Amino acid sequence: MRFKDVFSIIGPAMVGPSSSHTAGAARIGRSARHLLADAPVQADIAFYGSFAATYAGHGTDVAIIGGILDFQTDDSRIPDAIRLAEEERGIQVTFHEGKGLYPHPNTARVKLVSAAGESVEVLGTSIGGGNIEIVEINGFRVKMTAIYPTLVLFHADHPGVVADITGELKEEHSNIGYMSVDRKSRSGDALTVIELDTEITEVMLSHLRRISAVQSIRVVDITDKCTMAKKSQSPGEYPKGVEEDEVSPSE
Amino acid sequence: MRFRHLNELARLCADEGMSIGELMLAEQAAESGQSPEEEFVKMADYYTVMKDAVQRGLTEDTTSRSGLSGLDAQRVDAYNKSFPSNLGVAGDAMAYALAVSEVNASMGRIIATPTAGSCGIIPGVFVSCQERYGWSNEHMTYGLFAAGAIGYVIANNSFVSGAEGGCQAEIGSAIGMAAGALTELQGGNPAQAVHAVGLALKNTLGLICDPVGGLVEVPCIVRNGFGAVTALAAADMALAGVRSAIPTDEVIQVMLEVGSAMPDKHRETAGGGLAQTPTGKAILRNLSSLRTKPKKS
Repeated sequence: MRFKDVFSIIGPAMVGPSSSHTAGAARIGRSARHLLADAPVQADIAFYGSFAATYAGHGTDVAIIGGILDFQTDDSRIPDAIRLAEEERGIQVTFHEGKGLYPHPNTARVKLVSAAGESVEVLGTSIGGGNIEIVEINGFRVKMTAIYPTLVLFHADHPGVVADITGELKEEHSNIGYMSVDRKSRSGDALTVIELDTEITEVMLSHLRRISAVQSIRVVDITDKCTMAKKSQSPGEYPKGVEEDEVSPSE
Repeated sequence: MRFRHLNELARLCADEGMSIGELMLAEQAAESGQSPEEEFVKMADYYTVMKDAVQRGLTEDTTSRSGLSGLDAQRVDAYNKSFPSNLGVAGDAMAYALAVSEVNASMGRIIATPTAGSCGIIPGVFVSCQERYGWSNEHMTYGLFAAGAIGYVIANNSFVSGAEGGCQAEIGSAIGMAAGALTELQGGNPAQAVHAVGLALKNTLGLICDPVGGLVEVPCIVRNGFGAVTALAAADMALAGVRSAIPTDEVIQVMLEVGSAMPDKHRETAGGGLAQTPTGKAILRNLSSLRTKPKKS
């Protein structure tokens, strides 16, 4: 199923004007940012298809840079994001129109480079209603929706690595919602992307890092938190038929 | 989710004695692993954002960056208050839907339902009906879960974005979601709610996505206003006992077929329709001064 839950239909909370061209673009940019260990100093964006044709009117350009600044889709700074990136964060921002085939009418390729020289290149599609699919990371074919906390593991293609990884997740009682594995060549570099039902903990990461074939791990967690959630948690808002004492105040 | 089609959804609700909204809340909690309370609060927050957007659109300057849109909601609202509107109370739904869409076009905060281009219809219908019938926020929040269940089925069997399936997929889906949810909010059973969706969707089949200048303004905003009114009409028909002769799940398949056959130029690329009229092209030329020029790398 392309759309997994009620909040992929009702939502996200976002600044306008387009869920696919603004909110989806912000989420693609933010996913790319989470794949880079440190803050970027360069951001190069290529737009394809409808993104290329209509990016200016939809604010796709400011939205994707807002995402690269780790803004949520409803962050009111999005309209000002390019200026913030260039002037306050010192990021060199470039845009151009993508060439060649692309997988979806709303597609963007994001290349980020950090001060340390680390780079990441992401191909993302915006499939509607603010939902996205990241279909490529550094040349590896993947399928990542960023709806869930997601582990991205760069590792060697080696017998048993996937079992080692999933074994660690089993130890942590963490359930896998979706996973994809791709490799550049036999016994070469490989990438495993795992969408989890639970939050990714530091303990989990430290265990995964102990697997010798694992080269590096990134965590993509762009699950939106509604910024108003705190102020309206009054007992009167609970649904019918639920006893208030079932709800612990600490939750 | 334990349902993939609307007939399965209606049967599940009937078997378990739940409304669509109640069932969707339970399904959502099972899917996310969060408690129903947490999911309910998140949706209730979204409803607050919708009401804020209605208020902002009726009171603040919503002129968009392009200058193409803004303040029409306030014109309609003032007219409704001063003259005997043709639509009666439905005029409020229209004004509120325009208000939220104008907030969206001016880069204000909204909830995509199911998309930003169609974000006015559900708030227009919900907020005006809440005022009219004195419904609680809790009732409205269940209504949003019902709308979400309907949209979930449409999105997974067809599409909800203009780029994929034309305006029928965006505005059409939003009208269907609003119509079905309103039917339930007014006491209709799940089967009636599903008929309301089918009746509404049939009225927008074939609608192309042809945004002038590529912006979510013309004709998107007025289509939100009209859409809210259509949703009210579809709910009235369903509550009166009108049935969708073609089952709603089959209508959704037709939307997929029609949208898949739509040429690229009628799917949000601004390559056809209203966007390519002489005036549409002139507007696009005038907009070019607003562009952030892409820098060559």
